[in-house]
Amino acid sequence: MGDAEQAPRKAAKPAMSIEKAQKARRKFLQSVGLTAGVIGISLLGYVPLSRAAGTRLRPPGALNEADFLSSCIKCGQCVQVCPVQAIKLADLNDGFGVGVPHIDAREQACDFSCDAVQCILACPTGALTYKKPEFLNTREGARLAVAPILKAKEKDAEPTLNLKERIGVAKLVRPENCLAVQGKGFKGQARGANFKGEMRYMDVDRWKPIPVRDHPYDLELCDLCVRECPLKNAIELRPLKGADGIARMTPVVMEPCVGCGVCEMICPAESAAIVVEAQAVWKGASV
Amino acid sequence: MSRFTDLFMGMLGAAPKKPARVAEKVQKIMVLKYEDKDRYIKEKLHARAHHEVSHKWRNRRWAVLLATNLLFVLSFWLDIQLLEGSLTASRFAGFHLIDLNSALQVMLAHKHIIVNLFIGTFTVFLLWVLLGGRTFCSWVCPYHLVSELTEKLHLKLVDRKIVTDHEFHRGTRTVFWLLFGLMSIVTGYTVFETLSPTGILSRALIYGPGLALGWVFLLLLFEVFWSRRAWCRYVCPIGLTYGVVGSISPMQVSYHVEHCFHEGDCRKVCLVPHVLDVTVKGRASEESMSLGPDCTRCGLCIDVCPTDALRYEVKGLSKLL
Repeated sequence: MGDAEQAPRKAAKPAMSIEKAQKARRKFLQSVGLTAGVIGISLLGYVPLSRAAGTRLRPPGALNEADFLSSCIKCGQCVQVCPVQAIKLADLNDGFGVGVPHIDAREQACDFSCDAVQCILACPTGALTYKKPEFLNTREGARLAVAPILKAKEKDAEPTLNLKERIGVAKLVRPENCLAVQGKGFKGQARGANFKGEMRYMDVDRWKPIPVRDHPYDLELCDLCVRECPLKNAIELRPLKGADGIARMTPVVMEPCVGCGVCEMICPAESAAIVVEAQAVWKGASV
Repeated sequence: MSRFTDLFMGMLGAAPKKPARVAEKVQKIMVLKYEDKDRYIKEKLHARAHHEVSHKWRNRRWAVLLATNLLFVLSFWLDIQLLEGSLTASRFAGFHLIDLNSALQVMLAHKHIIVNLFIGTFTVFLLWVLLGGRTFCSWVCPYHLVSELTEKLHLKLVDRKIVTDHEFHRGTRTVFWLLFGLMSIVTGYTVFETLSPTGILSRALIYGPGLALGWVFLLLLFEVFWSRRAWCRYVCPIGLTYGVVGSISPMQVSYHVEHCFHEGDCRKVCLVPHVLDVTVKGRASEESMSLGPDCTRCGLCIDVCPTDALRYEVKGLSKLL
């Protein structure tokens, strides 16, 4: 019906030539194609997310993963202020997470050598925050029981780190690799001569982190993860019951662990006996 | 509709309209212009002959663009800490600066605005109101520069009839702006940032290259072989965001019909030629008209115009002086 009505009107007064109309139609269709194409490609950003949810270790003070991805403006100011360059920005294979900061603890962990968690201070959008707004949910076990005490600041008037939630939890995933568990000591550079990672050693310089390779060790029983943990009471060595008479110890992670990853970085075993489980929450001591 | 609304709608994608009413003075100018055809042609040729083709504004603009991006890079590399961050968000000597479109995406996705985010966004808003909105595109955005360079290749190929330019509807950008905003709200992710060549290039310059540059390369290929300046013209929501800001900016490129021979050189070099529709014979309604919000104030038209009919103008300032 509509066609029959429209047809004579069209014939009576052609708004534009057939050629022009075809051109306009083609332009419209191509524009729709362009829109669909670009939007389609942009939605590919979902793919890496669905595969790898929660596997990245985020900088301290990061919101929960979904909130973190939505609030991060991908500027890298956190990267710029970190004194040990622990923070890296993700590439396009992280999908929507492109340009979002993360930490590869084995390569370079956060050792809090900035004292004040500078990355949180630098974040312009609150993706990294000292105080989470109340309407954002907090996962059970993510909240720290008390403000963690930084060993380096223990004698200061304010020895705590302004951190309310953990970014992960350390876990002894390969006890068979652990030197302490084997009852062995450690002598030399913790990660070899080519390792580029840095750390702050209070007995060397409080304000200047140095390469781990410039700080060799000589230990009767390896206790690097406990010795170098920047926080108080986050990890300790406990004797292992064994019948063979060798003095063995095992590292035990405790509630104050924030998941900074120093233990993973410093662990001399290949592969690391202890690693940080990114975005994990505290579920009680695993002994 | 007022000229403001017309220009704004033009930015959103509407076709330029012929003026409903032409000022008497302009009518007089047009009559005088064409009164004596020989004189008109002579004058035209004279102007051409004496026009020294300069790249004054282009060179200044490239210098500013490179200097701005270099300042970001050096601030990090040399640890000068003058301009920390990247184009999406930064701190200039400690003051928060946040890209308006990035801020918008984060606000829509996260649905929460902290004080620093608001301060940074507002500062940048004021800055670009003063500087002309889309001035950001041509004077700061690194993708604009690489796209401007590859455009030369595209034009060469078009000239040799190896490729043809495929135009899309200009309203497509408005649709993209809405869709990217909607996707931020619905998915809770800043979807546009994944693709934004502005952010990708800025981060690549400062923090080192990565896979993401592959996407930028694909975009450039598309622009060279399929559609001239397609990203800036038909897709990029950053341009529209800054365009909206620029709609109330006193910083304008203005057109003076009296000096114009209506040859259209300006439209050929322009990223957004629809803003130069006033330069078509019979389209100008006032003696002096600003090109409007979609103009990136890049100055290519000013460089190419042989008769000084196009000029930078700070509205209100010329009256004051």
